[in-house]
Amino acid sequence: MTGTIPLQYFLVISTLMFFIGIYGFLTRKNLITMLMSIELILNSVNINFVVFNRYLYPQNLQGHFFSLIIIAIAAAEAAVAIAIIINIYRNFRSIDVDNVDEMKF
Amino acid sequence: MVDYTYTLLIPLIPFVFFLLIGLTGHKMKPIISGLIGTVGLGIAAILSYLTAIRYFWTDHLAETGFKSIKAVEVTWLHLTDKLTINLGVLIDPISVMMLVVITTVSLMVHIYSIGYMKGERGFHRFFAFLSLFSFSMLGLVLATNIFQMYIFWELVGVSSFLLIGFYYEKPSAVAASKKAFIVTRFADLGFLIGILILSFNTGTFDFQLLTSPTGPAITMPGGAAFMGLSVLTWSMIFIFMGGAGKSAMFPLHIWLPDAMEGPTPVSALIHAATMVVAGVYLVARLFPIYALGAPIALNVVAWVGGISSLFAAIIACTQTDIKRVLAYSTMSQIGYMMLALGVSGYGGHDGLGFMASNFHLFTHAMFKALLFLGAGAVIHAVHSNDMKDMGGLRKYLPITHITFLIACITIAGIPPLSGFFSKDEIMVAAWHHNKILFSIEFLVAGLTAFYMFRLYYSIFWGKATHYHHTPHEAPYVMTIPLMVLAFGSVFAGFLPFHALVTSDGMPFEAHIDWSIAIPSVLIGLVGIAIATMLYFKVSVLPDKVAGNFGSFYKWAYHKFYMDEVYLFVTKKIIFRYISEPVAWFDRHVVDATMVGLATTTEKTSHLIKGMQSGRIQQYGYVFVTGAIALVLLFVYLW
Repeated sequence: MTGTIPLQYFLVISTLMFFIGIYGFLTRKNLITMLMSIELILNSVNINFVVFNRYLYPQNLQGHFFSLIIIAIAAAEAAVAIAIIINIYRNFRSIDVDNVDEMKF
Repeated sequence: MVDYTYTLLIPLIPFVFFLLIGLTGHKMKPIISGLIGTVGLGIAAILSYLTAIRYFWTDHLAETGFKSIKAVEVTWLHLTDKLTINLGVLIDPISVMMLVVITTVSLMVHIYSIGYMKGERGFHRFFAFLSLFSFSMLGLVLATNIFQMYIFWELVGVSSFLLIGFYYEKPSAVAASKKAFIVTRFADLGFLIGILILSFNTGTFDFQLLTSPTGPAITMPGGAAFMGLSVLTWSMIFIFMGGAGKSAMFPLHIWLPDAMEGPTPVSALIHAATMVVAGVYLVARLFPIYALGAPIALNVVAWVGGISSLFAAIIACTQTDIKRVLAYSTMSQIGYMMLALGVSGYGGHDGLGFMASNFHLFTHAMFKALLFLGAGAVIHAVHSNDMKDMGGLRKYLPITHITFLIACITIAGIPPLSGFFSKDEIMVAAWHHNKILFSIEFLVAGLTAFYMFRLYYSIFWGKATHYHHTPHEAPYVMTIPLMVLAFGSVFAGFLPFHALVTSDGMPFEAHIDWSIAIPSVLIGLVGIAIATMLYFKVSVLPDKVAGNFGSFYKWAYHKFYMDEVYLFVTKKIIFRYISEPVAWFDRHVVDATMVGLATTTEKTSHLIKGMQSGRIQQYGYVFVTGAIALVLLFVYLW
């Protein structure tokens, strides 16, 4: 088939995206940025699903469908998360995670 | 068997009135609470007289000798089948005699206090405590077993503490009440140890069993147990320690003079007539054991009594606070009673000392209560305790003057007043037993007459002091008790004690031994004569005489520095070398261990509390780092 782009290239991209997502999730304090980082992680997984499906089992479609489900779920999740973030902002006038610790202590 | 169940009411009535006045007294008019207390004591007194008349005369117990009767007894604590602690009422000659003494004096003091305490704050509190005291004291003398006696013994101590500290706003009164409580508590420790040793070895608390000549205590095998003395002797010495503390015997007497901080009626009731003779009563109650089982302990009693009486009489000659003179006089007279017990034998005419001691206890209660109440009337008129502020009061206080004079003559042992009879019996008993003790008592008799008349002249004669306002005679409510007690002091000597209160219950014949009575009356007269010479008119003679005695006078004036010795022993030795190291150990070892544990825990938790911050990002960071580390480990190092 295409053969021009080796499998490893895709994997490198998805690994980079995954760790950029992890890094962003762990270091950023802004809820929106953290949400974006989670989207990056999900998308790196999507790439892996699609790529492995395409290169290893081209006659099957499970990988494609999985990534479609993930995209749908991620959209719903993003909607819920944004709603929560808006509510948090209304209550605290801030979307910094360090400020939202009232229920903890 | 004659029924004496009603005697249970004698202690219970004051107790009920204590609760009544104590709980509802603040809602009554003060005078009502006083009257209620007095009526309660009046009923108890009538019942006591009835008991005495029935026991000694109308029930014809004398023919077979006076037996002790258990009127009431219930098991209070059932510890094991063999060991029970009972509560009850024991009727025998000495307890009946004590009933009469306590209720009479207490009733007189109640009546007197209505006048004396008039307008004081805490009037009802005073009467509530008086009732509590009467209850405890009556319970003490009626105890059927030594443990019940110990309970009431402590209750008496508490009432004494409460009444000495009645003026609790005065620091000196607070200090005095604390001192009295601690010193007597220390002595009671000995009492408790004695009870435990005695009961452990005999297996009983019961007085009837303990004092029976064939009982387990007296027939206990002797033999040296510790330092050459038998177990029984040791236990009796320990028990006597309790008695010596309560009765202010040397060297546990230091609380009694300070106890005069209490109101004067209290001093009359507790610290002259009733509570302080509890020690004498204790020894008398256990007398068969002392006489038959532990003669060495009885000797200790005699010597402690003799030394105390001389010691206190010398101090009494130098004091100027009239209540303190009377306090030392009390100590001296109780020394007499102890000595009389100590020189007594058991049974028949040998038991003369036992009879004399109880006789003297009886007469002393009358005349010493009279002296204290008279002193109270004087203080009431002059508002001072110091004889330097007094003089020439006979014009202003005629009734007090006459009754006080009667009491002074009585205590000096001049016939035919009661003090003569009882003191004479003691002298005779001492003469037959131990000549040294007799000579001590002979000297004390002279000293007693001297210091009592010194007191009398300093108050009622001597210089005509100028008073801010004319002193006035006390109201009748105060003078009538004086007259009643004066009547008692004059005529109590004619009671046939040798037929009533004897060591074995059998009456015996006692006559006045004139070869001893005449010298003892003479030395009393000499004492009076010296006092008359020195104090009848104002002169420089007393100071000169005091000067001649030099440092001895100074020693006696400072009470032989007993208080200082105690302070030295407690503060400089016990506190510094025992209490302080113990306190150091407690603070730096026992406490420090606990504090160290707490500090370590706190420090550690400070260190690790960051691990549970609740920050998800931090948790995630740790998790991811760990996961990567594990991956690296498995991939490269496995």
